[in-house]
Amino acid sequence: MTDTATRTRARPRNRLGDSAARPDGIAKTKGQFAFTSDLWAEGLLWGRTLRSPHASARIRSVDVSPAWRIPGVLAVVTAEDVPGSPTYGLDEPDQPVFATDVIRYAGEPIAAVAADHPETARRAMEAILVDYEPTDGVYDADAAFDAPPVHPNGNVFRHIRLRHGDPSATGPVVVEGTYEVGMQDQAFMGPEAGLAIPSEDGGVELFISTQWLHVDRDQVAACLALPADKVRLTLGGVGGAFGAREDVSLQVHVCLLALKTGRPVRMVYSREESFHGHVHRHPARIWMRHHANADGTLVKIEGRVVLDGGAYQSTSGHVLGNATCFATGPYVVPNVVLDGYAVRTNNPPCGAMRGFGAVQACFAHESQMDKLAAACGLDPVEVRLRNAMGHGDRLATGQVVDGVLPTRECIEAAAALALPPPAHDDWMARPGGAGRTTEAADVRRGIGYAAGFKNLMYAEGADDYSTASCRLRDGYAVVTCAAAEVGQGFVTLAGQIARDVLGIDDVTVAPADTVTIGSAGSSSASRQTWMSGGAVEAACIAVRQKVLDAVAARTGGTGLALVDGRIVSEDGSVDIAVADAAPGVEFEATEEFHHRPTSPLDENGQGDAHVSLAVVCQRAVVDVDVELGLVRVVQMAVGQDVGRALNPLSVQGQIEGGTAQGVGLAVMEEIVLDHGRIRNPSFTDYLIPTALDMPEVVATLIEQPEPGAPFGAKGVGEGPTLSSHAAIVAAIRDASGIDVNRCPVRPQDLALAARPSRAPGGSEGGGA
Amino acid sequence: MTEHYTLRVNGRDHEVDGAWLGESLLYVLRDRLGLPGSKSGCEQGECGSCSVLVDGGLVCSCLVLAASAVGQEITTVEALGGPHDAMSVVQEAFVSEGGVQCGFCTPGLVMAVHDLLVRNPEPTDLDVREAISGNLCRCTGYGRVLAAVRAAVGAGGVAGAAGAAGAAGAGGRSE
Amino acid sequence: MTVACPTRLEAALDALASTPGAHVLAGGTDLMVEVNHGGRRPGAVVAVGRVAELREWGVEDDGMVRIGAGVTYTELMQGALAALAPGLAEAARTVGSPQIRNAGTIGGNLGTASPAGDTLPVLAALDAEVHLVSPDGPRRLSLSDFITGPKRTALRPGELIAAVRVRPAVDGDTQEYLKVGTRNAMVIAVASCAVVVEPSARRVRVGMGSVGPRPLRATDAEAWAEGHIDWATGALDRADEFGRLVAEAARPIDDHRSTEAYRRHAVAVLARRGLARGLRGIGGMAA
Repeated sequence: MTDTATRTRARPRNRLGDSAARPDGIAKTKGQFAFTSDLWAEGLLWGRTLRSPHASARIRSVDVSPAWRIPGVLAVVTAEDVPGSPTYGLDEPDQPVFATDVIRYAGEPIAAVAADHPETARRAMEAILVDYEPTDGVYDADAAFDAPPVHPNGNVFRHIRLRHGDPSATGPVVVEGTYEVGMQDQAFMGPEAGLAIPSEDGGVELFISTQWLHVDRDQVAACLALPADKVRLTLGGVGGAFGAREDVSLQVHVCLLALKTGRPVRMVYSREESFHGHVHRHPARIWMRHHANADGTLVKIEGRVVLDGGAYQSTSGHVLGNATCFATGPYVVPNVVLDGYAVRTNNPPCGAMRGFGAVQACFAHESQMDKLAAACGLDPVEVRLRNAMGHGDRLATGQVVDGVLPTRECIEAAAALALPPPAHDDWMARPGGAGRTTEAADVRRGIGYAAGFKNLMYAEGADDYSTASCRLRDGYAVVTCAAAEVGQGFVTLAGQIARDVLGIDDVTVAPADTVTIGSAGSSSASRQTWMSGGAVEAACIAVRQKVLDAVAARTGGTGLALVDGRIVSEDGSVDIAVADAAPGVEFEATEEFHHRPTSPLDENGQGDAHVSLAVVCQRAVVDVDVELGLVRVVQMAVGQDVGRALNPLSVQGQIEGGTAQGVGLAVMEEIVLDHGRIRNPSFTDYLIPTALDMPEVVATLIEQPEPGAPFGAKGVGEGPTLSSHAAIVAAIRDASGIDVNRCPVRPQDLALAARPSRAPGGSEGGGA
Repeated sequence: MTEHYTLRVNGRDHEVDGAWLGESLLYVLRDRLGLPGSKSGCEQGECGSCSVLVDGGLVCSCLVLAASAVGQEITTVEALGGPHDAMSVVQEAFVSEGGVQCGFCTPGLVMAVHDLLVRNPEPTDLDVREAISGNLCRCTGYGRVLAAVRAAVGAGGVAGAAGAAGAAGAGGRSE
Repeated sequence: MTVACPTRLEAALDALASTPGAHVLAGGTDLMVEVNHGGRRPGAVVAVGRVAELREWGVEDDGMVRIGAGVTYTELMQGALAALAPGLAEAARTVGSPQIRNAGTIGGNLGTASPAGDTLPVLAALDAEVHLVSPDGPRRLSLSDFITGPKRTALRPGELIAAVRVRPAVDGDTQEYLKVGTRNAMVIAVASCAVVVEPSARRVRVGMGSVGPRPLRATDAEAWAEGHIDWATGALDRADEFGRLVAEAARPIDDHRSTEAYRRHAVAVLARRGLARGLRGIGGMAA
């Protein structure tokens, strides 16, 4: 550090646009960061849940007395013990806290126990006697329409009828297909965890790993018949989320046990219970028919989307909203006839997972675009460029895109990234890896493209606001926001924003809870950068103004501004460090941040339902051993619309992580069901990519600032999951010549396919 | 064997009392010995979040019967780096390269990388991938983790006091 | 519950004898999974991971390689042992992860006797001897006599797996282990195949995994190959027939991991490719 006045101080690398380091990174690498499952309290008890092994059954009786007889058991609770609302749910409170007389999915909770050792809790849970009468269930989504109702609310959660333009329009080129997407699981590494501590006032304090503190609090309060201010939620460390923590899982159970026993109770799910305890990505079956002109420009898209929502509604209606509104892809199409259905079955409940319906739709529309390309004699990039949607174009819902939508640029960027070299001559670099199945001559390389888009923030009239406060004193600021940090780096960004606005380095982001601050909304829908970032910015700007006003009042200075950590007047007569502006005085502001209003969809699925859109294009390069059906993803190239990269390292982390989930969906991840029972509720058989499965990921960020977005930045969390799976399947088709219509692609889908419908691509570089 | 035994963890003896002998080493570390750095992600040896060293070998502590580890040298993530915020070279690289998001897999990954660099100070990309193939990460897609390993190798790896596991000496974390 | 941690074989046998029904714990990669999930609540455990005799390996006077039951997958992949039993080294590399390979043992793979156990097809192809020991003395069984069904063995109460013995790979021999899984690490075999080619003995052996309740041999395919290979040049016509015969010997099923049809198809492909690799080196050799 220099002493001379003329040398400028090096700018700290912790402002907006910098790859600022995570504030919790040190604790996490040292194993000192407290995840909820690490929390402990004096007198702690362990909780376990009893879940139904049957997917569809009547409960004739429940006998909890054998559990009570086990020494060390302090509570056994069932539906009878729920003092308030017996059900909860995000869109519709249709999900019982505990089942009473009907079981609707395998894994449905029936009872919970608290004991003084986890092994005792497990034994007690297993001792409970339930007399089930299995019944016939509904396990196929298309069968749900005519099947007897699985629930009194019926079997159709929602139907969206989307009509845009002229339904009778046709085009000379027609391609159609039916596409299936299997049930993916979020598979976060940190299983569900909660620590509930009863309070002296009859309320309860809950440390919880969740995506939205306040909505959890409201549901817990309703079920426990407590006023909201007696249910106090604090965010414990969260081990990933990806949508699986949006719905209530153990929150009511663990609070109930704590209130019953008068002691702290901790519930941590095993991995097997975790697979049963949260919602999954909706499996989908989507039929589409594309009409186009000979030059590949779209005339009309017809489609039928069916999402299997499982036993309870969760957020199925909104997932369907995305799957339908974005079903046509980021392309201009004047005429659209689409029907979307989310249905109820006895399969496990489905809800939010990163990409939220647009992922499933993307597989269908991108498969169609490749068929269209082939039919028109165009290459996959060209057909997409010819139809690319941008600013000023109209969505299938009729809304005009009034923000930035650089579809063309994303496609061109993905296509422009350098292709990878041929694989090393090493078993480990080929399909099959250490299994030594595949030699270079057995490999065909393929390339595929897919573009996708979806909205940011909630839609259809929802006002998903956020709240933040800023307190500044003596040059040190504390930012408080209930936005759930689930790994995505919001805590990092919040500090960057505060430092940027206030021009100081000393910023702490306070722990998130429901007591000290209002709702920040969910950490989902790629919304926190915009909404909670916006709230933090607004609170800091308000505080900054208060500081300037205080200095103006004290000094009489005019035209004051905060520049580089100093308050300066226009004429230079005032020049004070922020830290010295008002010694001992605390400046505080709390701001609520709302996005612009949106409209519901009308009876034709038309309406200005979305705040902002983000688009992405991925190119996949795969090596395929067609004879064995084994796939190695070699490279993913991404062009993503980010508005502005506020923390480039974080953005890269989101792109790589999201792409990994797309790799999983393309080639290995699927919850396998047998009459509604999960056959693979473990990491042994629900396979997520390891470091040996992940390809190199290269990305170009398209930074066109979004008008109306704080900082011009768009959320980047979901972008990389939108089309990565579709690009990989497209590449597999290119390599193998086989028309795969489902994902994940299984070895038998390639190895046992009928004769390829076209010659394998055999792109350059199939092996060293 | 009775329900009392002694485990040597991070260079110190720890008494284990009143235990059920079926408890895994992971459970004992976390819930009896006040060492919650190792994480429980699957209890099946599939995720690697619980990785520790036992007599210098990287294993999943969820698959070690705690009572059978008597007399062995157990090293956990708490032994890496130094007191307060002092980090090993590998830990620093994880933070600076963006290799940490939710952090649940991080202790296990850091242990696996330490173990790798002790055995192979200049690993190839495939060497690193194979070495961490037993550590599942759902957040990062491994890209920044691989970058962290490259940065750690460039910064001297685990050689010397600043780098090595257990270099901080006995006692687990500072109070 | 009791836990014994003997360091000598005799003490291990004593512990087993004094706690009938005790579970034997080696690497924990099978037993501890069951304990953690509550599927197994052992009354007694005899931890054999530090029994010195079980951790040794060596070449015996008759030239056979004796591998102690406590030898880990990591040890199978290293040094001189890997050179003597390259098929076992290849199989070990496909098991789990580094953490699993450091803990899991060949004895555990045998004792668990999963139809998907990775060393088992190699042991089958090598006509491995399984050596057992009890207070009544030693016992020796062929692999096919030892593994009696899916996760079932002929191990008697109070008995321990002491070692396996296999013939070593000599110059010119190849031992290939090929395994199909839908992921590149930590994956249970969907189908696997060990192919051993020993030109000096004009011998071909095939062991298959995950395509039947136990590791299987394909003796018709072996005989066909031995009779059709040009042992001077390594040439083989109609290699597809070899694959077909191997597939015919398989008894795969449908389950949540894969289908019968795919497994049958895959094992034929693996066998054909494994054999082709084994034949590549022939012909370049001096007689």
